[in-house]
Amino acid sequence: MTNPTNDTTIITTNIFKLLKENLLTKRMSNRVTELQKEFVYYTSSLFDQGILNDQFNHLQLLQDESNPEFLAEIVNLFFQDTQKLLDDLTKNLEQENVDFLMLDKTLHHIKGSSSSIGAVGVQNACVAFVTCSNEKNIEGCWRCLEEARNAYNVVRSKLDTLLKIEQEIVAAGGSIPKPSVEPDEE
Amino acid sequence: MEDSVVDDHMEVEETLNPMWPDNVNEAGSQFNVDWPKEDQDMLKEVAINAAEPQEIDLERLHDMTDHSDKGSSQLAFLVKHWEYKQENAARLLKEELDRLSKQREEVELKRLEILEEHRFEEERVGADRYSVSVLEELYDFYKVVPKKKHDSPVETNKGLEIDAEYDTIVYWKQRAVILEKLLKESRQREQTLLEKLDESIKNMAEQSTPVEELSQMLKRADNFIHFILQNAPIVLGHMDKELRYRFIYNHYPSFKEEDIIGKTDTEIFSGAGVKESLDFKREVLERGLPGKREITFETELFGSKTFLIYVEPVFNKAGETIGVNYIGMDITDQVRKREKMAKLREEIAVQKAMETELNKTIHITEETMRAKQMLATMSHEIRSPLSGVVSMAEVLATTRLDKEQRQLLDVMISSGDLVLQLINDILDLSKVESGVMKLEATKFRPREVVRHVLQTAAASLKKMLTLEGYIADDVPIEVIGDVLRIRQILTNLVSNAIKFTHEGKVGIRLYVVPAPYSGEEEEEDTSTEEKGNSAHPYGDSPYENSDEPGMPVSPLSKDQVRHAVIFPTTVWIRCDVYDTGIGIPEHALPTLFRKYMQASADHARKYGGTGLGLAICKQLVELMGGHMTVSSKEHCGSTFTFVLPYRVSPESDDQSDDPDELPDASSHHDTTAADDHTAGYFQFQPRTLSSSISGESRNHNLLQSNYGYNMMPDINPVSENFASVSPTPKELETEHTSPESCSRHSSGDNAAAETSGRNDQCVRDERNVSENQRSLDMEVGPNVSRGQLHEPQEVPTIQTCDTTLQSTASSKPEVDRAEEKPKILLVEDNKINVMVTTSMMKQLGHSIDVVNNGIEAIRAVQHRDYDLVLMDVCMPVMDGLQATRIIRSYEETGNWDAAAEAGIDQPMHSQDSPLDIPDSSKRLPIIAMTANALSESADECFANGMDSFVSKPVTFQKLKECLLQHLP
Repeated sequence: MTNPTNDTTIITTNIFKLLKENLLTKRMSNRVTELQKEFVYYTSSLFDQGILNDQFNHLQLLQDESNPEFLAEIVNLFFQDTQKLLDDLTKNLEQENVDFLMLDKTLHHIKGSSSSIGAVGVQNACVAFVTCSNEKNIEGCWRCLEEARNAYNVVRSKLDTLLKIEQEIVAAGGSIPKPSVEPDEE
Repeated sequence: MEDSVVDDHMEVEETLNPMWPDNVNEAGSQFNVDWPKEDQDMLKEVAINAAEPQEIDLERLHDMTDHSDKGSSQLAFLVKHWEYKQENAARLLKEELDRLSKQREEVELKRLEILEEHRFEEERVGADRYSVSVLEELYDFYKVVPKKKHDSPVETNKGLEIDAEYDTIVYWKQRAVILEKLLKESRQREQTLLEKLDESIKNMAEQSTPVEELSQMLKRADNFIHFILQNAPIVLGHMDKELRYRFIYNHYPSFKEEDIIGKTDTEIFSGAGVKESLDFKREVLERGLPGKREITFETELFGSKTFLIYVEPVFNKAGETIGVNYIGMDITDQVRKREKMAKLREEIAVQKAMETELNKTIHITEETMRAKQMLATMSHEIRSPLSGVVSMAEVLATTRLDKEQRQLLDVMISSGDLVLQLINDILDLSKVESGVMKLEATKFRPREVVRHVLQTAAASLKKMLTLEGYIADDVPIEVIGDVLRIRQILTNLVSNAIKFTHEGKVGIRLYVVPAPYSGEEEEEDTSTEEKGNSAHPYGDSPYENSDEPGMPVSPLSKDQVRHAVIFPTTVWIRCDVYDTGIGIPEHALPTLFRKYMQASADHARKYGGTGLGLAICKQLVELMGGHMTVSSKEHCGSTFTFVLPYRVSPESDDQSDDPDELPDASSHHDTTAADDHTAGYFQFQPRTLSSSISGESRNHNLLQSNYGYNMMPDINPVSENFASVSPTPKELETEHTSPESCSRHSSGDNAAAETSGRNDQCVRDERNVSENQRSLDMEVGPNVSRGQLHEPQEVPTIQTCDTTLQSTASSKPEVDRAEEKPKILLVEDNKINVMVTTSMMKQLGHSIDVVNNGIEAIRAVQHRDYDLVLMDVCMPVMDGLQATRIIRSYEETGNWDAAAEAGIDQPMHSQDSPLDIPDSSKRLPIIAMTANALSESADECFANGMDSFVSKPVTFQKLKECLLQHLP
């Protein structure tokens, strides 16, 4: 099309090669790309470890120039929110007469937020929690609460690190890499 | 061993002494009190000489224990040696005797001479000292006997002569007397000697018989052997011809002799190995060749033991075997060690293999990880700057440009798109190749996929082509597979087909084939297709086309249906993508699926493309466990065929995972949804042809192809009523509406979404059909055909909407709405979800209102006319279900009584603009947002009046679909 006399095949292959080389040399020299690499790697490690799921990718995609703080904002909101709700759950369970209805509602809330963030661990713990709550199994509830709290702490520390990397990238003048696995297009 | 050897020697010496006839020594001692030392030496010498062969002999004997069959020759050797020794001894004695007798003779002779000479002096008495001299003489005589035989007589004579002093009578008398005495003594001695000799000879004959000597030696050898064998774990034996023990030596005797001798192995003990050993012995006996074998015994007698057995045959003089010698050695420990070693070696080998395997795996994993990492970075690093370039170019295209600039820009954009496509292709390909590509098993409807692919293709079609899809009846409504990839393949193939086809048609055909797919069948099928295709190269007659694809399936279909019923797990579906294009030359077929390969450079120039599409398709198909083939005839067309296995989902489940089908699956009130699932034929006509469609005469059942997509006649009986209707009422609706609404159609998907969304509000009304019919010929223009192209997305039944007339009547607000952005309300209490959804909506180009609970939602609906409500189900204060119920009750009754009951104030109508007042007769789409909890099942959502639901967490995809479906 562009070079009607040449074989498109060769051109396209060469383009690709050039891009690759360019990319490699660029990476060698650039601190930003180092960080970006780390970011991508760290993110994918979180996925691999099953701490986060695809939903987090969607969130990352939501962040753009018009909304550069989106991820940090929503993650921090999640932290505050969940921390408070977990405390609520604890208080509720400590009561003599546990308010299971309230428990259910709080759980629903946490479940919703964590699934929106993609924090699978918390989400799963909540699902188990709901079952226990429906069975009025207080002991189970405590166990699930513990689980949820653990999962929350894990995801919190991981996301904190991730945000720190992100900040560094921004400070170094780079852009945050978008997730490579884009949501199902069609 | 050394010690024992030394001992042996000593023993030999000690025991050998008696071998020499005892009386010789005794005789010596008897002879003389002062036995000269030299004499002893001499005897000793003899004794040693005699001992030497004996020693050798014993060594031989030791050897002979290893070769016991040579016993006879050994015996012969012993006897010979003994004889030789005896001979020697006898010879020595004889020589001595000879000498003695000679001396005696000489002495006799001398005596006679003396007597003759001195007869008269005989009375003279000789001195005693002569005895000494005689003894000396004797001594001398003895001494020289072996060596100087002649010395002694001379000396004797000499002595006698010297002793003669003078010639006196007395002297001679004395001398005669002495001589007489001497002679007497000499005689006496001679006599004794003779006696001794006789006795010695006699003794020799009596005592030292070979038998005794031999038995003594043998006894020693026996001792010797015993000594050696004392601690050796060896069993020795000899067995006769019948393999009965004739001799056994056993270090661990557990039987008495009589228990063993004369018995065979099997008679003595029983257990594993006994039979084997006996057989082995018999074999040796028969073959006459010695042999060794390892036999493991498992007997009660001595437990589990392994013996190395050596058996050799014993022959008699005639050369016949008369028995076997048998030596067994206990090697249990060695065998155990050996086995242990073998096992260890094996383990080591296994471990090594595992190690290498592990290393390989680690290597592969690392490689994969690296590849994954590389891919992740690559895709981003290349795609994002490139998409930046392309999108900037697109922005640039919107600015004011002169003709030349625009042309350049077009090239730029299309090139950029090409590179983007290429990168995507490469990424796909390398994903497949590096094993990163993961397949997802999702439930989907093949018919929907085909329809959607064709529809998408039709949307961007720039040629005069008919697109058609045919799905055989036996293809299940729902199957499980990776719909995304399948769609990718189909899209790829279809766009490929379109690219190379200038007139005629491009189609997809689906049908079930038997599981173990045979190549022959494929050949057959493709050939029939070829025929079919070539017979109707410009197959623009849907009638013929719709009939034709049924043929290849018919012989199979019955079988397949049964097959599917009996084995519901997997079904193999064959998919043909055929075209009437330029075809592929035969020589290019083999390289067709290779990377970066196109049929020719000419084609590449003419048609563009990356040359990766088919390679990806093939790899994907193979990844999914199927295979892909192509058949083609130049200038007639090509058919790409792939066969894939799918799992069949349980039929009861109405829910589909395919996002495209969500509308159908969720809109339960849509009466035609069920019919839709089984539609078997779709067709998309070229836009410009649509005007002539109405004039075509064909079977009334098939007339509906004009609608843009056709259904199998028996499925939709209603349609028969409107056999003569050409455009759908839907189109008529668009005709009725103002030009603005027509323009809306040109905005692509939006229009389709609108119509389908409004379909939900449609109520079947036959009354309107006549109206539609009347207006049939009113307008058949490009706008209609445009609408027609989008038509398939909606439910293709004859429906008219109440709102159609209404909206036509009050077209103004509708137009307003079309120009403005749709108003969306999000009802959600979770801040995070609010944030996520808002951001997503923002990216999709919508800004939304947000409220936090049901009551607020109702208030919001009261005050503003929303186009869509996204409603969380679980909320504090008032949940989504109740809020929906109240809104629905308002829509039915036109008043907010239900809201008032729930404690919500009446809205202030007068204050609001009349346009914003919600129209109670219009159904507001309310989408539930559920987290799939038990309390918020889909059924419940529908029961409470919700139109569909989005499961949490929300994603772009879900939101996009939801908006497409429900927003105009």
